[in-house]
Amino acid sequence: MMRIPVETTTLPNGLRVILSRDHATPVVAVNLWYHVGSANEREGRTGFAHLFEHMLFQGSAQVAANEHFELVQRAGGTLNGSTWLDRTNYYETLPSHHLELALWLEADRMARLLPAMTQEKLDTQRDVVKNERRWSVDNQPYGTWWERLPALCFPPAHPFHHSLIGSMEHLTAASLDDVAEFFRTYYTPDNAVLTICGDFEASAARAMVERQFGAIPRGNGRPPLPDLTLPPTFGEWKREVVEDAVVAPRLFLAFRIPPAGDDAWYAASLLGAVLGTGEGSRLSRALVREQQLASEATAFTFDLAKGSDLLVCDVTARPGVAAATLEAAVVAEIDRLLRDGVTAEERARALALYETAWVSGIQSVGARADKLSQFATYRGDAALVNDEPARHAAVGVDAMVDFARARLQPTNRASLLYVPRAVAGVAA
Amino acid sequence: MSAPARPSPGTARPYEFPAVHRHALANGLRLVVAPMPRLPLVTVLALVDAGAATEATGREGIATLTARTLAEGAGALDGATLTARFESLGTAFDGSADWDSSLARLTVTRSRLEAAFALFAEVLTQPTFPEADVARRRDERLAELAQQLAEPRGLADERFSGFLHARECRYARDLAGTAHSVADLDAAAVRAFHAAHYGPRTTTVVVVGDITPEAAQRLAEQAFGGWTGGRAPAPMPAPRAAREGRRLVVVEKAEAPQSELRVGHIGVPRAHPDYLPIVVMNGILGGLFSSRINLNLRERHAFTYGASSGYDWRRGAGPFVVSTAVKSEVTDRAVAEILREIDAMRTAAPTASEVSLATEYLAGVFPIRYETTAAVAGALAGATMFGLPAEWFSTYRARIRAVTPDDVLAAARAHLDPARALVLAVGDAAVIEGPLAALGIAPVERHASEDDPAEAP
Repeated sequence: MMRIPVETTTLPNGLRVILSRDHATPVVAVNLWYHVGSANEREGRTGFAHLFEHMLFQGSAQVAANEHFELVQRAGGTLNGSTWLDRTNYYETLPSHHLELALWLEADRMARLLPAMTQEKLDTQRDVVKNERRWSVDNQPYGTWWERLPALCFPPAHPFHHSLIGSMEHLTAASLDDVAEFFRTYYTPDNAVLTICGDFEASAARAMVERQFGAIPRGNGRPPLPDLTLPPTFGEWKREVVEDAVVAPRLFLAFRIPPAGDDAWYAASLLGAVLGTGEGSRLSRALVREQQLASEATAFTFDLAKGSDLLVCDVTARPGVAAATLEAAVVAEIDRLLRDGVTAEERARALALYETAWVSGIQSVGARADKLSQFATYRGDAALVNDEPARHAAVGVDAMVDFARARLQPTNRASLLYVPRAVAGVAA
Repeated sequence: MSAPARPSPGTARPYEFPAVHRHALANGLRLVVAPMPRLPLVTVLALVDAGAATEATGREGIATLTARTLAEGAGALDGATLTARFESLGTAFDGSADWDSSLARLTVTRSRLEAAFALFAEVLTQPTFPEADVARRRDERLAELAQQLAEPRGLADERFSGFLHARECRYARDLAGTAHSVADLDAAAVRAFHAAHYGPRTTTVVVVGDITPEAAQRLAEQAFGGWTGGRAPAPMPAPRAAREGRRLVVVEKAEAPQSELRVGHIGVPRAHPDYLPIVVMNGILGGLFSSRINLNLRERHAFTYGASSGYDWRRGAGPFVVSTAVKSEVTDRAVAEILREIDAMRTAAPTASEVSLATEYLAGVFPIRYETTAAVAGALAGATMFGLPAEWFSTYRARIRAVTPDDVLAAARAHLDPARALVLAVGDAAVIEGPLAALGIAPVERHASEDDPAEAP
């Protein structure tokens, strides 16, 4: 397996800088992870971390509103940002001779965001985000799964419990004072990782980083999240049934698993592939090909690196199939795995699919940079990304079976089941 | 702390699109190879000159169903076995159809290429199409269609095509077929479609990645050298609009919090000589985040999370469409702004700054777009499908940069026409119909979500 070259330095202000060179194409990726996400939101402010991400494109001391987008696109680059439970990332890929432009844009908003913030910009982005919520959640069949499943699987006080996109009420309540406080608390060099990946000369890149970021003062330290440790299992079978405007039932069956990076997590990752990666996976073969109850069956992990993670089977029924029938068939496959174990062929299949996905996933400098920022943020060392294939390959059949028997039991399951809303006179 | 001034760019470094090697086998099959040796990965793509556009009336969906059922049996192997073999090689066979071709592709690590390539060719050349598997794939397509129509975006796309095109036009109906047409398809039809159209004379195999042209040629000779047959279907007649003039259609989705909007008309074929000016013009109008329509609807008015425009490039004239989802209460204002922006594009030439934003963006992202083996293979397949000249990719960036404001204005005047726009809104009719009617752009035609213009008696 190819190893991604990694060079890590830390500026005196605490900014961690990852350099990874590849001269194959004259393009370069700049990728900045701030170690803050929806988990850090205060009471009554769900959705704020994501709304704040939108505000970062509204300009800074030397950059006008939306000029960030225009300057990068005019340079021939792509860009965006995204918000997750415990991190927010911002990224650009550009022709390599525009590297310092991206660094300047990121540094200007890290150093000098607040002078550009206005009530009008906040009001506009608040409405944009409310429309994003309508588009991705409220006006989408099954669209609420993404806030219902974490709510079902994490206890109410847990930072991963509440909605990432946020409630309309909380979005309405967000103020400019919230923007200032969030910025000063979390958007500091010592709470960030900057990765540069692609076509650059290391000494020139280091000088650019020093020039753009060197003078930004360190923050006051990130307030710690509460303890995210949870018992190893749910201790029960959690269930939620949702009536929705959908044409067929869909089941999300989740299991609590150790956090990403834990040895046992790799067993969960491979088990997920055995269950739900590809048409030859257990769920797809049994429910889609053989029993023809489902039109689609997949499994995935959330890749949460703090406290605990989730392994989720996501199975959509064919129209006309009863929700109970779907759920029973999925559960039967899980129980069969617990009873009969996993074969060496299944493990080899899962591993081969993982290997191709891993190599495919590092083809673009942007994707590679994001992985390096991820591993630096969560594991403390970007170079650990190179161990991922070996850590998957180290999981044997016995470890997979042991893990399944410990974590896929009925006392560690959570079912989120969507059923078609009964229409007058029509049975669901 | 003094703020560093905006830096100047360095010197641009040269970029070359991967070198392309072409070869024809004795049986007529064309091979296109682009070495990208950076990572141990290869994408293999087969393009068959048999797309959905040429499907007979009542048989819509046959190209898609055929492609999706290819890997359900080949030679002595059944579908479950084939799937297991591909996946134990770390890959999957992906069969699909486009308007102008059928496609099969896989991406695999270099060390498993030989085995995967042989299996890929077997599936393409010797599929068995078992009846039970064809029936299952057909039923899966029906389930997919039901899901698509339950989703506001899918419903809007579907109805926009349906109301836009004349009923006899293939583009009026979904690429993968309608509930009506798909229900009648079976194994016999699929076998006949494959026998008629899949063969070396209609197929181009594209191989991109960690491989030499010689090695790819050896693989192709071994796997495809003995294949015979294949004829391309007759081309589709030029698409026609359902009606002249502007139309306003409201598709009812009770209590929807947003309206899905589609505004557009029949566009131009991919081979049109104005292609590059049109692409730049669309970049200014709605193809980028910094485009007029997005900055207006999202950043100025906060009507939406995003708004964009695009030409759907096909051999025939595919649609030009502006797409967005807006809060129900502002549906009428959003429609007025979209029509105003289309009109403005035709009224005056854009500024030099707007043109350079679009051209520099399009030229600059070109190498970024082609970092992966799958993206390069897809681009080479498209070039084959549309008959682009061999130097298309090597000259693209220079030709995009040569487009002027006057070229853009001429393209807008020739190829944007708000007077024949179809304005379609999927939303809460109780809230949006009155204000839309008051715009006075056309009488409102109101339809239930089940009303399918392409299937109407």
